[in-house]
Amino acid sequence: MEEKTENKAPAPVEIGEKKADHTAAKISVEQLNFYYGNCQALKDISIDIKENHITAFIGPSGCGKSTFLRCLNRMNDLIPGAKSSGRVILDGIDIYGKNIDLSELRRKVGMVFQKSNPFPKSIFENVAYGLKIQGITDQVILDETVERTLKDAALWDEVKDKLNQSAMKLSGGQQQRVCIARALAVKPEVLLMDEPASALDPISTAKIEELILDLKKTYTIIIVTHNMQQAARISDSTGFFFLGELVEFDLTSNIFTNPRNKRTEDYVTGRFG
Amino acid sequence: MKIKASLIGSFFTGLTLLAMLIILAILFIIVGNILWHGHQIISWEFISQAPREGMTAGGIFPAIFGTVALVLLMIIAVLPAGVMTAIYLHEYAKTDSILTKTIRYAVNNLAGVPSIVFGLFGLGFFIQFIGVGMDKSLGLEAVWGQPCIMWAALTLALLNLPVVVVSSEEALRAVPKETREASLALGATKWQTIRRIVLPQALPGILTGAILSISRGAGEVAPIMFTGAAYFLPYLPHKPTDQFMELGYHVYVMATQSPDVEATKPILYGTVLILLILTLLLNFVAIFIRSKVRRQMRQSY
Repeated sequence: MEEKTENKAPAPVEIGEKKADHTAAKISVEQLNFYYGNCQALKDISIDIKENHITAFIGPSGCGKSTFLRCLNRMNDLIPGAKSSGRVILDGIDIYGKNIDLSELRRKVGMVFQKSNPFPKSIFENVAYGLKIQGITDQVILDETVERTLKDAALWDEVKDKLNQSAMKLSGGQQQRVCIARALAVKPEVLLMDEPASALDPISTAKIEELILDLKKTYTIIIVTHNMQQAARISDSTGFFFLGELVEFDLTSNIFTNPRNKRTEDYVTGRFG
Repeated sequence: MKIKASLIGSFFTGLTLLAMLIILAILFIIVGNILWHGHQIISWEFISQAPREGMTAGGIFPAIFGTVALVLLMIIAVLPAGVMTAIYLHEYAKTDSILTKTIRYAVNNLAGVPSIVFGLFGLGFFIQFIGVGMDKSLGLEAVWGQPCIMWAALTLALLNLPVVVVSSEEALRAVPKETREASLALGATKWQTIRRIVLPQALPGILTGAILSISRGAGEVAPIMFTGAAYFLPYLPHKPTDQFMELGYHVYVMATQSPDVEATKPILYGTVLILLILTLLLNFVAIFIRSKVRRQMRQSY
């Protein structure tokens, strides 16, 4: 309990500092609470997420990190009985405010899921889907986008000769990169990644990690991971979630070498979780 | 002890085998009997001509035509209504709301209603209420307010609605949540997701429902005997308000209403055989379409 108050006290100062130093807080979350029915999954989360940074969230299963991620593009709206309070401010606008166009929000905040989930369509159709639903039918634009995003997703060389083949026939790692290309095709500004490499072999994982580091130049990336080494390898900042609370949020190097909170230390040193 | 247990085991295994054999035997007797007596009369003339001489001679072409037309009209009516109901129930309705529960309960009960009740309902609702009402308001003289192929097809559609709703819902349920989420996360609206992702994947399952309703629709007599099927017609139905001849009803008529039952017997057998073949054929077409859709989905499109 003591730690909790200790942890809470400096938080507003931290936000103030960041706002002073870096105007580039892409997303500011203020006192976000989230409930599944009567069960509170997120408790009073406040955090600033910087633009063109990779922000990682770690924590044991069921701690709320995926729930938090899904609050950022309002995918949790789909769950019956879910409700939330607090504010999530993206580029100065509260995404939980009135008159928010969910389609527009989700185009701006793309998402890659834990399990690769390509559509049972061709590789081309998968990547072009996001544009087609916007009514874009210009073949030149579609071709150009598919090529660019598959290159960005480091998959172009492997699939350029079989774009009309079903994406379901690709390997797991390739499917996940199709999903990344598909998310990039709608030109998001933020990319949410929910354990994008958890179902992949080490080589595919390495490729995805390399890719994420590369994407950082253009996108603000928020990644949830079970894998602490992965967080340490790729992220700039890391947050530790435990039982629905954001226990600690700091630069990745601090979290892993010099955590302020005892629970964070226990977790990153492998004493529990 | 062990021997006794294994004896009991083989006894019951034998019992299940026997049960299966009995059913198989009955099926063979029925089909064999129909084939044996029916095949002699089947000829080009039989399937291409109208009945003659009080149905003791000639063919059954009008009944074949009427059955196919009836089933097609029924499918046109039942598929959109059933699929839309299923989409509403599975995609839009809140699962625990009273309205949803009521609809579900109604659909399930509809499946248990005897088909003759549907026939009477069709007569009372479609013909007496809607049909006569249409005639009155349009100032017509018994055009819509009498039995015809359209009301018969709608009555059959009603009968088959539960089959289509349940199988379509099943098909929608089989589309993984992850695929829907992927679409929504790209900024697609709910309807775009249903239209472009969910429905194409659910199509084979929906077609299964259509196949089931074809088999059922082609064989039902009770719902159409008050609503449009005719004893004998000198012409083929060519507009929705025409009456029609139908194979199942034709069988019933020849078996019970014919002036000379003995003379119509070969024709009766032949008609039953044609009805079986036609049902199988319609099924086969539907299965062919379904497997083609499936193949298309597995490969790229």
